[in-house]
Amino acid sequence: MTPDDFDFLRKMLRERSGLVLAAEKQYLAESRLLPVARKYNIASLGDLVQQLRVMPNSPLAVATVEAMTTNETFFFRDKLPYDHFRDTILPALVAAHDRDKRIRIWCAAASTGQEPYSLALIIRELAQKEPALAAYRFDILATDLSGDVLERARSGIYSQFEVQRGLPIQLLLKYFSQVGETWQIAPEIRAMVQFRTLNLLNDFSPLGRFDVVFCRNVLIYFDQPTKIQVLNRIARQIAEDGYLALGAAETVVGLTDAFRPLTEKRGLYVPNPAARDLEPLAMAGGARRGM
Amino acid sequence: MKTCLVVDDSSVIRKVARRILEGLEFTIEEAEDGEQALDACRRRLPEAILLDWNMPKMDGYEFLRLLRRLPGGDGPKVVFCTTENDVAHIARALHAGANEYIMKPFDKEIVEAKFQEVGLI
Ligand SMILES: C[S@@+](CC[C@H](N)C(=O)[O-])C[C@H]1O[C@@H](n2cnc3c(N)ncnc32)[C@H](O)[C@@H]1O
Repeated sequence: MTPDDFDFLRKMLRERSGLVLAAEKQYLAESRLLPVARKYNIASLGDLVQQLRVMPNSPLAVATVEAMTTNETFFFRDKLPYDHFRDTILPALVAAHDRDKRIRIWCAAASTGQEPYSLALIIRELAQKEPALAAYRFDILATDLSGDVLERARSGIYSQFEVQRGLPIQLLLKYFSQVGETWQIAPEIRAMVQFRTLNLLNDFSPLGRFDVVFCRNVLIYFDQPTKIQVLNRIARQIAEDGYLALGAAETVVGLTDAFRPLTEKRGLYVPNPAARDLEPLAMAGGARRGM
Repeated sequence: MKTCLVVDDSSVIRKVARRILEGLEFTIEEAEDGEQALDACRRRLPEAILLDWNMPKMDGYEFLRLLRRLPGGDGPKVVFCTTENDVAHIARALHAGANEYIMKPFDKEIVEAKFQEVGLI
């Protein structure tokens, strides 16, 4: 890959997924794209970039973008946001929605599904202790840029290694069945989550309003203007009494006033009513239409 | 510092476990089978026990049942660590009073995650 090829690639990744690939990360691009080249029977990475230049909308381009994203995730990652969800968010929302009894949750970068399934497991476990919850409808929408990871998520099948990172053994025993060397999450948990491809750089206002948004460990890959515009657009999709959970290395502070951190609950943010009124209608950076 | 008793008949596994757990700031004691482990627990109860299933003399399951009957024997957090990777074994272990369960092969991340899960770190 020539320096020129690498520049082209970096620009393409930034435009398509928001991923900012540092100039010194050529080795990373090469190690992740070699398997893509092999899969498409392309002799060299130089040839691969050449094809991307000629056919920017080919399946190869999609595969290239997906290969460059980091999909690492695990059940109950960082624990704390899930404690917040169970102990703070759910009780508040259940009380607030005692009339419509409907709670909408969005996992905005769901990867292979461990995040939305962790939330579904919490809801299911709580519902067994509090029968009143049975009357509620919980919609969990899980989206990601990558169709491949979502396909795995939909299957609900995880390796032995994956089910041992963060998933308490009691939950494994209760909600998974063993399929050969792998473990599959129960149909009733799978049925609680809807999976759909979605690029956060695009307009997502048609998704409607959510009470909870988990947008974890994806903003870290974006540059500052992209972080800001995505956060501001998420703010428009969150109910006034809703919650936003970010990753451990992410924050709204210094980026937008649309949310404010809950100081005593790390990683958790709520819409800022003051900012809602002040906010100009024009979207900073603006979302692309389509897709 | 908390103490973890590593019970496994394989010296290789004990060594790997020792390295991981020392990295997590545990003081390590070792036992080669359930009998040795029980003796160690009669002398002094550790905070944590990493426990293999299949061992000569006394297996991990039998050890766990006897441990839980010792005075104070419900104290130690017991994490099974075994190649018995099926639902029936996991269910039996939990029923006998295991706190967590690691299916071999394991690595540092899994041990750390499981020890966090039961509040040891
Ligand atoms: C590191 S994973 C985070 C998974 C999960 N939220 C967690 O915290 O464990 C990041 C995910 O973001 C997705 N992603 C990257 N850029 C995206 C974009 N522009 N729109 C939507 N998803 C994106 C990737 O495909 C990947 O699955």
